[in-house]
This record gives sequence, structure tokens and C-alpha cells, in this order.
Amino acid sequence: MTTYGRGLRGLSLAAAATITVALALVFFYAPLDTDQGFIQKIFYIHVPLAITALCGFVFGGVLGAMYLRTGDRKWDIRSYVAIHMALIFGVGTLLTGTIWAKASWGHWWVWSDPTLTSFLIVMLLFATYQPLRFSIEDPERQSRYASVFAVVAGAFVPLNFIAVRAAQQYVHPRVLTLTGGNLPGSMRLTFLVSLVGIALLYTTLWKYEMAAKSTRMQVRALRRALLGEDSVVPLKRSAAPS
Amino acid sequence: MRTVMTVLRKDLLLELRGFETLPAMILFAIVTFVIFHFGLNRDTIDGQLAAGVLTVTLLFAAMLGINRLFVAEREQGGFDAFLLAPVDRSALLVAKATALFLFLVVLEVIAVPAFGLLLLGPSLGHALPGLIAVLALGDVALAVIGTLVSAIAVQTRARDLIGPIIGLPLLLPALIGMARGAGPLLAAHGSSSPPGRWVAILALYDVVFALLSYAVFDFLLED
Amino acid sequence: MSSLFAVAPALPLHTAGKYVAGAYIVFLAMVLIYVAIMATRLARTEREIAELRRDVERRRRDEQARDPDRAGEPVA
Repeated sequence: MTTYGRGLRGLSLAAAATITVALALVFFYAPLDTDQGFIQKIFYIHVPLAITALCGFVFGGVLGAMYLRTGDRKWDIRSYVAIHMALIFGVGTLLTGTIWAKASWGHWWVWSDPTLTSFLIVMLLFATYQPLRFSIEDPERQSRYASVFAVVAGAFVPLNFIAVRAAQQYVHPRVLTLTGGNLPGSMRLTFLVSLVGIALLYTTLWKYEMAAKSTRMQVRALRRALLGEDSVVPLKRSAAPS
Repeated sequence: MRTVMTVLRKDLLLELRGFETLPAMILFAIVTFVIFHFGLNRDTIDGQLAAGVLTVTLLFAAMLGINRLFVAEREQGGFDAFLLAPVDRSALLVAKATALFLFLVVLEVIAVPAFGLLLLGPSLGHALPGLIAVLALGDVALAVIGTLVSAIAVQTRARDLIGPIIGLPLLLPALIGMARGAGPLLAAHGSSSPPGRWVAILALYDVVFALLSYAVFDFLLED
Repeated sequence: MSSLFAVAPALPLHTAGKYVAGAYIVFLAMVLIYVAIMATRLARTEREIAELRRDVERRRRDEQARDPDRAGEPVA
């Protein structure tokens, strides 16, 4: 049985340290943007959240493919947690994105930002992951269908990004996201540190969640072993029915 | 290949004899055009607006067909029979997707002229070859994703809900491609060839998802 | 001018600051809410383990009562 708690302390400390340094850089080091002024600072939390969420979805797809290849349930649970975490980071992206839109353009939602729009589409898709899972009762089939979904939806993420970017390109020249090409050095450094910090946070939380789930399953398994099958109360809604 | 043809023939024969799905799709499309006339309060539309209306109408008519795609298999044990037969399982995907594609083609043969008659301002003539190309690529996307999503949905409890809510976001890039590809074609003095960028995106989408669906379909059929 | 901002802490209190603060507060709130959820689950796991120990202990006592010659080990 894999233990997820090992290395968790080091990982979480690294995440905390990196995010602290990133915040310091954002507010004390990074220069003020000439276009948007102080508001641009939201960029350093919004875009790393977005990138991490999207990578998390793709990561979930890869884990789902591993389940389909090996049939080992642990890959399915890893895939579920990866997608769950990515959804949460995605909500954070949308919230910070709307705040940025309101501050920059005066509206809570703008169609002109490709990141926000393609993000909304991806979130709409992955929002169906849990309803899909919990509408299938047989655990093995649930894992299999969820993994198929994770693979297809994970492949969808880059394609969707391309399509939406192509659709929005010539509508509004000014977009909320700064393209990587023309970021001045100090901004780029701040951005990279933020990105690493948020990515570490994602990994920490993923491991944390896996540890919690794994512990609970082991307690149930112990109970089953010591006291017999019928002393275990069946779980109502769970991605790891056991 | 023979398996594909057999299953395909079965589905087409069933539809020809029963004649339920296709008339419903066609009727739905035409009624939707009428609704748009009243909803938009316009006699004619053109350009990007027309392309959007046409795409949305075709999409929702397709949803009707998609919801019913695997119902017979599920209720009458077709899945089990197929699993027992010594055939390549992905053949079921190819057969069903082809059937759905053909349904969509028939739908469009009737719905697009109806659209030209009822709502479209400019004449269809010069736009037709480009429009056929864009719609064909879009139909492939609808057929592939529709079959995949229908196969997933038919095994869940909330059958006709899960299909659309998974399928619609997945189809969005293809729908964007269809609408933006057709937009310049349906404009008042529009071009007769669709913008290359959108044709490329549609083609890329079709290839990626056809291959992906083919790869994962096996896992959906296991018992 | 911008070099001044680069050196000194940029903490203006006009409206822009409120939005930036709002965005970072949203982020912090989400992390803290997650901590709270995990705390609840940890408490529930502790409760499940306590129940498990109690039930195993009870089972052992029942077995001992039925068969007093068998010496049982205390549940740690």
C-alpha cells in the first residue's frame, strides 16, 4: 500500500516557502505595469492558478489512462483526486479572473479574454465528471467509465485552448493575459516563482487528499478484517467504494 | 469491416422501418427555425448570425438522435450479443458513428434548404460547396463525439441527461469551427470558400477525437 | 517613477488595491476552507478508529467471557 504521507511535510514546507517568496516578489519587487497599473498584480495569482488547473486536468487524464492500462484501482483514485483538485483550482481561476475583468474592464465577465472563455468551457465539461461517476453504481464500471472520461476530457483541454484562442485573436487586441514574449525580466521571474509555488501547492494538496482517502480506506479494510464484512457500513457517495 | 457493414445495415433498416428518429430531428430543426424567426423578430438573417442559428439548430437536432443511439442495444441485450460475437469491438463504434453521420446528412439535406427558404437572406447557391465541406467536417465531429457520449450515458442512471451535458462542452471547439467557418459563406456578398483556419481546426478536431474514441471504446464495452 | 514602486512597497489604497486584495483574499480563503474540510475529515477518521478499537475490544471481551481459559492480549 503506498503511503502518501511520506515526504508530505517537506513538500508542504517547500510550497509554503515558495508562495511566501512569490508574494513578496509580487508586492515588493515586480515593477508596476504601464498599462494596467496596480491591477496587473492579479496576473501573478490568476495565471498560475489557470496553468496549474489545466495541467491538473491533463494529469488526471494520464492517470486515467494508467488505470485503463493496469486495471489497478489506485490509479483511478489518483485520477479522481487530480481532477477534483484541478476543479477547485479552476474555480479559483474563474473567481480571480472575474475580479480582474471587473477591475480592468468594468464588467464581471468579458468574452474577449481567451483564457477565461476556454476555461469556462473546460470547467463546464469537468463539472460533469462527478455526476457521471456517481450515477454508475458498479464500482469497477464506475472506475472504467470515469477513466475513459478523464482521458477524453484531458485530450480536449489543449484542443479547446487552440480553438478558442483562434476565435478570439482578432476581436480585441488588448487581452488580460500578458503573452510570454514581452514580459520584462523582473516580471517574468516573479511569474515563474508564483507558478512554481502554485504547482507545489497543487501537488501538496493532491498528496494530502490521497493520504486522507487512503487512511480512510485502510481503516475500513481493518474493520472488515477484524470484525467481518457486515460490520462495515457501505459508503453512500464515494469515488472509492469499498 | 463486415461487422461494421452488418451493424450499420441493421441500424439503417431499423430506422427505415420504424421511422422515428429522423423525422423527429427534421421536424425539430424546422420548428426551431420558426422559433428563431419569432425570437429574433427578423425576416431574414445573414452572415455570422445565420451561421450561428444554423449550427445551434443542427446541434440540438443531433442531440435527439444521439440520445437514442444505443437505447435499443441496451434494452434488448444487443451489447451482450455483440460482446459474445468474435468481432472487433470498435466496429460497433464505427458502425454507430457512421449511422449517426448518415442521419445528420439526411437531416441537413432537408434542413439546410429549409433554412435557405425560411430564414436566410442571401441565396445559398454560391455558398453551397463551402458550406457542404464545413457541415461535413462538423458532422464527423458530431457523429464521433455523439457515439462516444451516448455509449457512456446509456450505462448510467441519468441516461438522457448525462449525454448532452458531457457532449455539449466537448463539442464546443467543433461548433465554434462550424459556425465561424460558415459565417463568411452566408454573408450578403460572401465568399464561396470557407476560411482555411476553421477548416483546419475542424479537421484537427475530427482526427484527434476519432482516434481517441477508437482507442477508448473497447473499455466502455467490457462487462 | 516605476523604479520607486519597485523599491518601496506598493500599497496604494485607491480602488485598484481593493480588487487586487480581493483576488488574493479569495485565494487565501479557498486554501483555508480546504484546511477546515480536511480538519473535519481527520476528526471523522479519528472517530472511526476509536469506534474500531471499541468494537474490537468488545469482541475480545465477548470471546474471553465465553472461553475464560484463553488469555487475551489487551488492545493497545
